[in-house]
Amino acid sequence: MRIELNVNGAVHELEVEPRTTLLDCLRDQLALTGAHAGCEHGVCGACTVLFDGVAVRACLMFAVQAQGTPITTIEGVTPGPGELSPIQDAFCETHGMQCGYCTPAMILVAHALLANNPDPTREDIVEAISGNICRCTGYAQIVEAFALAAERLRGANRPSELRK
Amino acid sequence: MKAAPFEYSRAADIDEACALLAADESTRVVAGGQTLVPMMAMRLARPTRLIDINRIAALSYIRDDGETIAIGATTRQCVVERDPLVARKVPLLARAIPWIGHAATRARGTIGGSLANADPAAELPLLAITLDAVLNYRVDGQTAEMPARDFFIGPMITTLPTGACLTGVRFPVWRGAKVGVGFHEVNARRSDFAFVSAAAQVELGDDGECKRIAIAIGAAVDFPMRLDSAEQQLQGGALADAAVQAAVTDALADIDPLADLHASAEYRRRVAINLAARAVADARSQAQGSKNHAH
Repeated sequence: MRIELNVNGAVHELEVEPRTTLLDCLRDQLALTGAHAGCEHGVCGACTVLFDGVAVRACLMFAVQAQGTPITTIEGVTPGPGELSPIQDAFCETHGMQCGYCTPAMILVAHALLANNPDPTREDIVEAISGNICRCTGYAQIVEAFALAAERLRGANRPSELRK
Repeated sequence: MKAAPFEYSRAADIDEACALLAADESTRVVAGGQTLVPMMAMRLARPTRLIDINRIAALSYIRDDGETIAIGATTRQCVVERDPLVARKVPLLARAIPWIGHAATRARGTIGGSLANADPAAELPLLAITLDAVLNYRVDGQTAEMPARDFFIGPMITTLPTGACLTGVRFPVWRGAKVGVGFHEVNARRSDFAFVSAAAQVELGDDGECKRIAIAIGAAVDFPMRLDSAEQQLQGGALADAAVQAAVTDALADIDPLADLHASAEYRRRVAINLAARAVADARSQAQGSKNHAH
């Protein structure tokens, strides 16, 4: 089937089989390999992308179903080439990753959470990442990364003397 | 872990979806896909055609019909979870929906999809049974409805007629001044399938007596089950802990619980008794403490 996918602000015309998941389409046809194929049945969360701004599993949706809806992958969150988003920075600074397999998904979950909840509690953060498995079990630093990113983003547009 | 090949149709309206369903019995409807797609990936499901009903706008709504809150079949679970009208009028839904999967699956999973899937461990069928919800569907160009009690008859088995498509569900609103809800679940980890779940809703009178009560358990037997005899025993009483425990123990004495590697039949019975009693206790406390705004 012929579809148009709107990924990271660019529209791509693609030919896909109906059974091609959004995940496989992003990875194999658009070379956006930041969405990782972990379990491929909705358990691990490594394939998370933002679908109209909401964190969803790219392995639990067929590419044909995504026609026309804005999709953001990890490749789409950086402000410019060679730069990192404040959330990515926070993951680096808190060492919020070890092997890195779960990291793109964790960062996208953070983007989705912080867009709606700029001042999340620890419980909010834990709940938000509850569907994402980190097998290095580095959850403590991931939670720290969320909190640091939230703090930075809250202060981002405030005069320096008012920042905490 | 790739699905077998299938044809894909995006239905423009519900009658088109029904016509496609009727044309081939190995066709399946896909809504949120959070159960069906993993089943297809594992090749436990091999539909020849998927009918995508996600873009039928008329199937996504939350509506106040006075006596009931009506929810469209493709309404996302996350939308119902956060809806202020639902929280006020059908508080049991707001209480229990956070237990369904996790945020990313509730973002796509639908109300109708979970009901039609009829997993005995799923929360929404249990809530529909607890609240005597009515399911609406479309078949052969006709609109029809069915009480939840007649709908769930076995694990992933419903009485939805062949070629029918679920269109929505109506949850009755309890309008009493003192209404409370309770929900409990035991599973291996949060977001996983329940080993046992229990829901209760209670309305108390001015003197604190139980005017109305609904109790049900999920995941213990092949489909969510109301504890009718316990409700009859407890109606009119004070819902003292010992009386509740005795009533639910009686009601669950003769069930034939599911058993698997994780939870034996006896474990499930014991947990069902305790969770049902706790759900009633929570509902009672909430009814005593807070005013209901559902009127």
